Amino acid sequence: MSNNAILIVVIASGIAYGTPLLYASLGELLAERSGVLNLGVEGMMLVGAVMGFWTVNRLHTNDGLVLAAAIGVAAVAGAAMALIHAFLVITLRASQIVSGLALTIFAGAAGLSSYLGNDLNLADNPANHQFKPIFPSSMQNWKIVGPILFGQDALVYASWVLVIAVWFYLSRTRPGLNVRAVGESPATADSMGIDVTRYRYLHTLAGGALAGIGGATFTLAITPQWVSGITGGAGWIAIALVIFAFWRPELCLVGAYFFGALQALAPELQARQINLGPTSLWTNSLPYLATVFVLVLVSQSGARRRLGAPAALGVPYVREDR
Amino acid sequence: MRIERRLRQPRWLLFAVPVGSVLAALVLAGIVLLATGHNPGSAYRKLFDAAFLSSGSIGQTLISATPLAFTGLAAAAAFRMRLFNIGGEGQLYLGSIAGAAAGLYIGGLGWSQPLVIAAMVIAGAAGGAAWASIPGVLRAFFKTNEIITSLMLNYVAGYLLTYLVFNAHSYWRQNSGFDASVFPTSKTVPPNAFWPGWQWAMQGGILVPLGAFLAIATAVVLWLLYTRTRFGFEAQVLGDSPRAALYAGMRTRRKILAVMAISGAIAGIGGASQVGDFAHQLDADPNGLQKQFYGYTGIVVAALGRYNPFAVVLCAFLIGGLQNAGNTLQGADFPSGLVGVMQGIILFCVLGGEVLVRNRIRFGRAAAPEAPIPLETAA
Repeated sequence: MSNNAILIVVIASGIAYGTPLLYASLGELLAERSGVLNLGVEGMMLVGAVMGFWTVNRLHTNDGLVLAAAIGVAAVAGAAMALIHAFLVITLRASQIVSGLALTIFAGAAGLSSYLGNDLNLADNPANHQFKPIFPSSMQNWKIVGPILFGQDALVYASWVLVIAVWFYLSRTRPGLNVRAVGESPATADSMGIDVTRYRYLHTLAGGALAGIGGATFTLAITPQWVSGITGGAGWIAIALVIFAFWRPELCLVGAYFFGALQALAPELQARQINLGPTSLWTNSLPYLATVFVLVLVSQSGARRRLGAPAALGVPYVREDR
Repeated sequence: MRIERRLRQPRWLLFAVPVGSVLAALVLAGIVLLATGHNPGSAYRKLFDAAFLSSGSIGQTLISATPLAFTGLAAAAAFRMRLFNIGGEGQLYLGSIAGAAAGLYIGGLGWSQPLVIAAMVIAGAAGGAAWASIPGVLRAFFKTNEIITSLMLNYVAGYLLTYLVFNAHSYWRQNSGFDASVFPTSKTVPPNAFWPGWQWAMQGGILVPLGAFLAIATAVVLWLLYTRTRFGFEAQVLGDSPRAALYAGMRTRRKILAVMAISGAIAGIGGASQVGDFAHQLDADPNGLQKQFYGYTGIVVAALGRYNPFAVVLCAFLIGGLQNAGNTLQGADFPSGLVGVMQGIILFCVLGGEVLVRNRIRFGRAAAPEAPIPLETAA
């Protein structure tokens, strides 16, 4: 099989397209494991995307420093958005669903991200710095594994480390076990001396930071430019991914690459002029329809608890009600 | 800071919260404007001018307010039952696809105008209801989260809308004539499928579209349905306490299916009104109807109106003004995206305000217990 075969190309670019989904879903997973549902992922991703892009077009030093700063700025921007949600749902105990929707409207395609993009004149410019494959091209040309494993940029490899880190954190460390306790039974965690409010705030903010990085993956690696609404619903797919992954980080990776590959399929079929019926319609819709389909499959059993949903997900914690 | 439940919810707060939310949003968005180097004073002067004060502005505002009234009512109908249908966007598109088909076909048969309009309304409602029934059925029979499924279908509906005119020689596309061979356009519906408006001699003549009246009528029907019928009562119980509804023997599944279909139908009529009142053809341009985000803004409208149908229509007018100002004003004083920022802030403030309605906030540590309610006033 040549490296140009459609299967290899779709897998390799599926990993690239799946990376923002992976970052965002790992972030959402952390927030949800602490019991906070944040439907504002799309908005947080877009603000991260625009601020990361702004950074690379503002700073003029070497590539590595600028890109590291951009990722930092994107993370801070995403976390700042998450802070609004955290204050409303943790401190004020507002409805997590409506607050998350509000965050998407506030920060999303017609809101703050578009405002910043216009105000900072970011549209129609290519990125001054972008993530590029880090391995030498001789390795990228190796058969099959070349494009898939060695043709990726630093964000992809960092996301693999992150999957392991999140897994290790949640299953092997004391604070990680505490998070799970907070998400399953905050009253019990509270009586064990765990600060529920603090854990929830920190993990919601971490979720926002990762969503911001996921958004920046779009503007700094996949399509290095700023277009309003560039994420195209990726934030929502990331929320669905956490459900498919049964709240487990390693399965987030599998799911993210599956959906990444579906997204990679449409441009690839068009580039090869393969027409299968109304191609532009069904290939564009495929990731969204697949999300619905897989969501139906996993909700079939009805027993979400058994699948790993945190028992206190979406429920505000009121100490006085204990 | 401590938050305590209120035993009594003062009535004045129910009005104060939405009003306060809008005012707080103006202040907070003003801070955003200041922080990004704009002058909030002149931005707001332009906003109110473009939305409500300048000549012909109310007519323009009604063009945005009419679809928002429908999507707001659609969201309110579902959210009241804690069914989070955020697919109003897609249901509106499907309503306009079906409404345009009815206008083209039945209008082409030469039927009289009222019959064609009725057919378009019914077709739009059916299109929206059918699209909303997909998440409805999935929720009722497979317990699939309707938030994500209804949202995913918005994207699919958007692609479908664009596809019908830009990528296929469909029934909706103008397939003959010189212009059609240069750039894909939609067929215009025949004149008997144009919805009439009511001229109002103010600001130099305001055209109130038929859709605005239909939206008010829909609000009345929805209010009657939720406050005066058994169906509405059961839907409320189901929303507030699914377990109580189960023990009382209410049919959960049917209620979910019906509420989602009703919600979708309302958004769908909004889509038909887009064709009949304004565009007179299927607006499939990815930068046209799809950039207005009426479905998502409808959620803000519904929440600001606290899901009360009449308040929702009123809020649609208010938010419609904001939307209209965003469309007309683009420039240094009024950056695009500001409207979405303000809508988001309004929704945040409404949410924070809800907390004030239900709870009281005390500062300081020790709080005296709330005085018990005297029996006479409690009754």
